Amino acid sequence: MKAIENMMRKFEPTHEGKWSKLHPAWDAFYTFLFTPGETTQKGAHIRDGIDLKRTMFTVIIALIPCLLFGMYNTGHWHYASLGQAGEFMDNFGDKFMYGVLRTLPIVIVSYGVGLGIEFIFAIKNGHAVQEGFLVSGMLIPLIVPIDVPLWMVAVAVVFAVVIGKEVFGGTGMNIVNVALTTRAFLFIGYPTKMSGDKVWVGGLGDEGTQVADGFSGATPLGDLATAASVHVENNTALDKIAALKEKITLMPDLKDQLTAKIEALNEIVASNTEVITNKLSIVPSMADSLFGNIMGSIGETSVYAIAIGAFILLYTGIASWRIMLSFIAGGLVMGFIFNFIDGNPFQAIDPLHQLALGGFAFGAVFMITDPVTGCQTNTGKFIYGFLAGFFAILVRVFNTAFPEGVMMSILFFNVMAPLIDHYVIQANVKRRMKRLKTKTV
Amino acid sequence: MSKTIKLRKGLNINLLGEASKVKNAVDQSDMFSIKPPDFHGVTPKMVVKAGDKVKAGDVIFFNKYQEEIKFLSPVSGEIQEIVRGEKRRILEILISADSTIEYTDLGTKNPESMSADEVKSHVLASGLWPFIKMRPCDVIAKPTDVPKAIFISAFDSSPLAPDYDFALHGEDKNFQNGINILKQLTTGKVHLTTNGSGNPDAVFTSATGVEKNTISGKHPVGNVGTQIHHIDPINKGEVVWTVNAQDVVMMGRVFTTGKFDLSKVIALTGSEIINPKYIKTIVGTSVKNILADAINGDNYRVISGNVLTGDKISDNGYLGYYDSQITVIPEGNEPMFSFTKGWLGLGFNKFSVNRTYFSWLTPNKKRKLDTNLNGEIRSFVMTGEMEKVFPFDIYPMHLIKSVMYNDLDEMESLGIYEVAPEDFALCEFVCTSKVDIQDVIRKGLDEVYSECL
Repeated sequence: MKAIENMMRKFEPTHEGKWSKLHPAWDAFYTFLFTPGETTQKGAHIRDGIDLKRTMFTVIIALIPCLLFGMYNTGHWHYASLGQAGEFMDNFGDKFMYGVLRTLPIVIVSYGVGLGIEFIFAIKNGHAVQEGFLVSGMLIPLIVPIDVPLWMVAVAVVFAVVIGKEVFGGTGMNIVNVALTTRAFLFIGYPTKMSGDKVWVGGLGDEGTQVADGFSGATPLGDLATAASVHVENNTALDKIAALKEKITLMPDLKDQLTAKIEALNEIVASNTEVITNKLSIVPSMADSLFGNIMGSIGETSVYAIAIGAFILLYTGIASWRIMLSFIAGGLVMGFIFNFIDGNPFQAIDPLHQLALGGFAFGAVFMITDPVTGCQTNTGKFIYGFLAGFFAILVRVFNTAFPEGVMMSILFFNVMAPLIDHYVIQANVKRRMKRLKTKTV
Repeated sequence: MSKTIKLRKGLNINLLGEASKVKNAVDQSDMFSIKPPDFHGVTPKMVVKAGDKVKAGDVIFFNKYQEEIKFLSPVSGEIQEIVRGEKRRILEILISADSTIEYTDLGTKNPESMSADEVKSHVLASGLWPFIKMRPCDVIAKPTDVPKAIFISAFDSSPLAPDYDFALHGEDKNFQNGINILKQLTTGKVHLTTNGSGNPDAVFTSATGVEKNTISGKHPVGNVGTQIHHIDPINKGEVVWTVNAQDVVMMGRVFTTGKFDLSKVIALTGSEIINPKYIKTIVGTSVKNILADAINGDNYRVISGNVLTGDKISDNGYLGYYDSQITVIPEGNEPMFSFTKGWLGLGFNKFSVNRTYFSWLTPNKKRKLDTNLNGEIRSFVMTGEMEKVFPFDIYPMHLIKSVMYNDLDEMESLGIYEVAPEDFALCEFVCTSKVDIQDVIRKGLDEVYSECL
């Protein structure tokens, strides 16, 4: 160890020398290899063993089950689109290899670009490289579709790190979650590469790909959204039919014309109904949604893998159970409300199934629990998580053009978090004022 | 109404090197020191100069801005040196002590037969006033204030802290006398808070004329600030005084004997001490004699006080004025390779509130912790960790931030009047971002003191 230490020390830029500006970069590598021998100078003489590096490292460990499962799942769906998948566990090596080869470049681009920017800012401002991006860099590959072009990832990361974080002062100062900012940027900037039925399966969008018969590359949420919007069309058609029928009784001389119209509409309704049944039939079962062999962003599909991560984060005490729990509660409550309304097939889906689909579970464990962008008070955490979960399902179901409401909801409540905290703290301040008043009375 | 309080929040840090319950005598040191920086906010105005002879109980300096607050020499001898730092700030007054201490007669008094004003002026004249501290701000009390209550904590819950039940055993009379003095200084109550999960010694249980409360839980349960907050919290405009139990005994003794006798029992603790024990000594003593042949290894740090709030001193240094403990722990100035001992390692030996290191397998193990920062200073990222160890109805992170951006109104509304730096020691310990929180709080209190009090 001493040899490595000495070698590192040899390269240390002096604070006055011509490479002095590069000291933060050296420091980043040095502190990666060594916890420095820096001792306490003021206040408490002993300190807790944890530091930001360990915290971030723990989150990365918690993400690994999702990453591995995501890699395998990517491979599985690639072969499924070619009609060569067989059972889920068939061709294990090929599928996993494909996933690794497709996922790793995204991971490398995400880390390379993001850390590159962090280093540039650290050198420019002369402060240490903070560890925030270690987690963001791993989250980003897990929340994009597999077929997203690498250059888009790079551009989005640049945007998210510079505009989302560095302009506010870097790690610990950002208002919105960096990883979700990346995704939102991609979604709004390049919608064709972030939604639809071509991007979720590796190689599906490539020209000349021979897709197996009957294979659909849409996510379950996409299917449900289509079903819901078709259902709306159907309702309008049925309304029109009813209106036309009324007309017939009023104006019998136009009967033939109107009957023709009604028949045309009936045909539409019939084909729409077929589409709905069709779409609903391919929505994966609850068991599949939990296991995760469904289509979606790389790391978000398997609830089991996410649950392993959740266990690690909660047991180590890194993530807030308050936020996680209330986020899920919020989603469930909204799910039950929709069940009660039962307006379309999307609303009718079982609330637990609703939560198992899409990015909800991933958001609950890894996104909403980001301590920097979330609420800081314990009471605030409950409110924040609940509302974000509630709105996630609301956005998902109401806005059929945009089934992934979790992202938007979390970003929105990132912005709202300080407001929630403000009122929680004001309550504390008022308590103190009241104590003073009762005293003086 | 006496109260019984149970706290759920807090943290006990199990360290190696607890003092075994024996009182040893050590040869009296020939050097003593009074360190004005121990008295936060006091600007010393010297009465003596180097070479002067003093007796125990002679004034050596007073507070330039509150002349009635005097500081007396704890021993007789010769003023050897007045050590000054930057801008000629006085750091230490070194006194070379006689082998037998001669006392100036301060007059024996019975506080119960004196009027309140007489008690106050005698406390001031006999140099006992510095033992009385005030909240808000945790500085020496202003003689002109009328406190709404006086608080005494009958135990210290900080890591390896001396057991007052043992250290003060047999001091019943002096303790009672000290309480009689304090009773005269307030129109309100004198609160004595004992440890609800222990068996308080007769010195505390037999005390009369006090409001006895019990409190139980984890550290900082023994901090007087925690007790005030749960028994009779400080509102804006109110003042509470606090006195350490050890100091109450000394106040009582000076009144009864008329001698400025500041001898007390301190604990010699820490993982680097070969035989941790209790020692009878005098305030301001050099630790050289005490530490001779008592320390293991050669890379260590000597702390006057406990590991959370004490001051770093050299091994020829001096015991702080208010401290009842000397702790010696290993210095952690060696870099640790990440994969073995550092942040990527398994960490069986690292103590952490979180379970990210495998030391969670042995939560009750007594540990040897060193002074390494265990990481680098960062922006605040983690939330909720301070709340777990901070048993106040105050939002610690927001209060700290309000001090950082120096917003007096916000500090006031978030509860700065109720806290002292020591109350934040555990927050500082658990902070992932390694911020020096006690220092921040002290700056905030200084600001409040100069602007609002």
